[in-house]
Amino acid sequence: MNHLPILSLLVFTPWIGALVLGTLRKLSPGTARWLGLLFSLSTLALGFVALSSFSAANPGMQLVEDLPWITALNVHYRLGLDGLSLVLVLLTGLIAPMALLASWRVERSPRQFNALFLVLQGAALGVFLALNFVHWFVFWELSLIPAFFLLKIWGGPGAARAAYQFVIYTIGGSAFMLLGFAALYAATGSFDFQVLATMAADGSLTTKLAGLGHFWPQAIFLGVLLGLAVKVPLYPFHTWLPPAYAEAPTGLSMFLTGVMSKMGVHGFLRILWPIFPAQLHAAATPLLWLALGGVVLGAFAALRQTDMKRMVAYSSINHLSYCLLALFALAAGSTSPTAGIEAVSAFNGIALQMFNHGLSAAALFFCVGVLEDRSGGKRSLADFGGVRTAMPVFAGLCGIALFSSLGLPGLNGFVGEFLLFRGIFGLTPWAAAIATLGLLATALFLLTFWQRVFHGPQGSGVAKFRDLSGWEIVTLVPAIALMFVLGVYPQLLVQLFNPLFTAWSAHLP
Amino acid sequence: MNLLPYTIYLSFAGAALSLAAGKRSAAAARAVALLTAVVCTGISLVAAFEFTPAAGLQTLVDVPWIASPAIHYHLAVDGISMTLIVLTGLAATAGILFSWNIEERTGEFFAFYLALIGGVYGVFMSADAFLFFVFYEIAIVPKYFLIANWGSTNREYGAMKLALYSFAGSGLVLAGLVWTYAAGDATSFGLADLTRAALTLPAHDQIIIFALVFFGFATLAGLFPLHTWAPTGHVAAPTGASMLLAGVVMKLGAYGCLRVALPLFPVGFAYWQPALAWLAVIGIIYAGFVALVQQDFKFVIGYSSVSHMGFVMLGIVAANERAVSGAVLQMFSHGVIAGLLFAVVGRMVYERTHTRQLDALTAMPLHRMLPCAAFTFVLAGLASMGMPGFSGFPAELTILIGTWQTSPLLALLAAVGVLVAAAFTLRAVQVSFFGKTESVAAHAPTSDAAHHFDCITWPEKLGAMLLIGATVLIGLKPDLLLNWIVPALQSPAFHAVLKGGSL
Repeated sequence: MNHLPILSLLVFTPWIGALVLGTLRKLSPGTARWLGLLFSLSTLALGFVALSSFSAANPGMQLVEDLPWITALNVHYRLGLDGLSLVLVLLTGLIAPMALLASWRVERSPRQFNALFLVLQGAALGVFLALNFVHWFVFWELSLIPAFFLLKIWGGPGAARAAYQFVIYTIGGSAFMLLGFAALYAATGSFDFQVLATMAADGSLTTKLAGLGHFWPQAIFLGVLLGLAVKVPLYPFHTWLPPAYAEAPTGLSMFLTGVMSKMGVHGFLRILWPIFPAQLHAAATPLLWLALGGVVLGAFAALRQTDMKRMVAYSSINHLSYCLLALFALAAGSTSPTAGIEAVSAFNGIALQMFNHGLSAAALFFCVGVLEDRSGGKRSLADFGGVRTAMPVFAGLCGIALFSSLGLPGLNGFVGEFLLFRGIFGLTPWAAAIATLGLLATALFLLTFWQRVFHGPQGSGVAKFRDLSGWEIVTLVPAIALMFVLGVYPQLLVQLFNPLFTAWSAHLP
Repeated sequence: MNLLPYTIYLSFAGAALSLAAGKRSAAAARAVALLTAVVCTGISLVAAFEFTPAAGLQTLVDVPWIASPAIHYHLAVDGISMTLIVLTGLAATAGILFSWNIEERTGEFFAFYLALIGGVYGVFMSADAFLFFVFYEIAIVPKYFLIANWGSTNREYGAMKLALYSFAGSGLVLAGLVWTYAAGDATSFGLADLTRAALTLPAHDQIIIFALVFFGFATLAGLFPLHTWAPTGHVAAPTGASMLLAGVVMKLGAYGCLRVALPLFPVGFAYWQPALAWLAVIGIIYAGFVALVQQDFKFVIGYSSVSHMGFVMLGIVAANERAVSGAVLQMFSHGVIAGLLFAVVGRMVYERTHTRQLDALTAMPLHRMLPCAAFTFVLAGLASMGMPGFSGFPAELTILIGTWQTSPLLALLAAVGVLVAAAFTLRAVQVSFFGKTESVAAHAPTSDAAHHFDCITWPEKLGAMLLIGATVLIGLKPDLLLNWIVPALQSPAFHAVLKGGSL
């Protein structure tokens, strides 16, 4: 490890920023905002540095940092980057500054807000880069704390309950995941994801767990599954999500949906898929039904919402359930002879969908935030109407985000969903058929949103709405521009992880 | 290293000195107490620095004391006692800093306080069962006076209950030890000799004696259902004493189980192991749920201590190296964290708001009025929840791994305990400090001025920093302690008993 520890810098620079903001009590709000933004942008800058020394053709871990940490438990501090984590790092680098810009007008203790936010950002990056369960879990759990306080203190009237629910649900899942890994360690003596994956691949893990009988190896799998399922969330573990997203301040909603929900999906790919292939295969059918539940019921629930933030929250459940659906389809269909090609497509679809959903959901939460700001805190669909004439620029940008989320060809969402569906259809056609119901409902609720807010007779006070300020346009435009770029040229991202997933698909369990 | 026994002598000398100094001025008594505690901590840290971990006890002093029955003044340490000695130093120093505001009979307060500390140091170093018992009793007596004289809510009741439970427990221990000595024809009360004597006893006797000794010690460790003295005692005690009670005195019981009960009676232990493991797990979960519904802030912390000590007991009775090393780490971790929690609740909050009712605290925007206390409590709460980055995490993780090796089902229930701990801690944080979080602008400025509290003082800040530093240091580098603890468990004394077994 002679090179610059870029990955550690990626993780810890935001934390250094948090420390600076936390200790300098005399900072003016303005300086605190700029400092926060600056440290937040470090991720994007360092992400590009990592990108420049990243070789996409190599499917292994790169820029690995490895230091002994807890010798008594054989724990090494190990960070590494592959195509999947790189995409998520770049996504974080994009969403985090965007969320801070969206929080620029938070009047209440911006210094503390930004400090907590930077802790959250660093923890998310740590989750994406960690290769050993112990510090992966450190980052995973630590991300809850700033999120809890940001939600509780800066959130809406129901925030206290939502924050408590959010943390307890997540810890509830994590406690069993922790137990699962304790058990794996008891059997294997390692917490390292790659070591465990190798053991799983050559069958020695199964042998080592065989002494526990029939039930307990299943319980280990279920514990780890539960921890990740709550985070994504997988239906029916999603009930914490709508209140949390709805009560959170706009910037936090953007980060929660844009980045934190990806922590769970990333965990599915990084942990569950390689370490528990056999159990995943065995459980694939019920899991497919759960993912379908998220896809279909999430979309229909969104259709029923009048609160726009809750609508976008349910749409997040729907969109991320596609990722899980594809993964479970992979687990279910991995034994079919032609699985290889569909698998590449499904994997690529998952990664692309994560990135796309990050962009579109964050943009939509920002748009709802703008509407809240203009109307003095209203979020109900019924309170708006005819906004397009009052705010043409806003209507244009928000419309693009809506159609990206809907999966309109030419925009990024389409490519991701196309790849996902191609994969799912090839592997488990019946699941793909049912999932189209979700597609339909998604189109319905997003168009309802568009119609009720931007068209029709103007709601009261709408005529006086100011269009987007230059500042708000700066916040929104990078994401919107990327929606076009990735819609037309998805290869830009896909080339980063395609070789990785091709390698994975060549060794389907 | 050879200076280590002086921690005992200096503490007793400091007790006498602060009693004398207290006659002149309170400030002098405080200064003497703090100086004594700091010097003892210094000695233990220097000894820790020079300590070479090894299997088995390393003798410090060994002189004959009473000829018949043969009793030696035998002090010795290994990695387990070293860990707890360092903990005692830290907890004592922090406790004195948080008792800085005691104005009433200050000299006597600190005299009792230091006598208690001296007894605790003595217990952790004793390698002779009789000596162990003597120091154990010395540690119990001052507790009663500290609570009865300087305590708060229901102090006579709390003090009496605590003393009675403790004495009953130690009575059982004494009976067990004397029985072993007499029936086994032991050559001395030295732990090694007593172990040999115990092995000659018939299995039936071993089973009964083990129960006497183990439950005697477990009373003080707060094992369910013998824990009921703990919450009332903790709540009644003055802050500094709660910190010591939860932080160190409960560890005496767990230490006694590990040092005396298990190695002496492996056969008895094997008989009782399943029952004990279930009691430990029930304690974890039951106390956690009770903590979840308490109205008195200090009771929340009191029951949380019982729940966390359940983890210690579970680790000990899971009886494999991994679980026991986790249990010792948890003893250290809980000692520091419980101290911190009691300090915030008893000193920082109660002394200023004069209420511990969560309903009343909810009505005040405490996190703005006492930001420093809020910050400390959040950190302590996270540590107590077993958040990674704090000492509780490696401890609980190690216990979970070890327990799983003995019994997956118990490990699963312990994981439920982790979840319950998160729930009640988060509730306490939320209700106490962040009950009112509307923005400042929403309040009329006068309403805040009405609740103006003194700032957190320097002794409080120092004490808090000391304890937070310790929990974070061990959280990030648990090797510091595990490298002492793990070799100590290789000792022949533990060979017969630490084989796990499956429940």
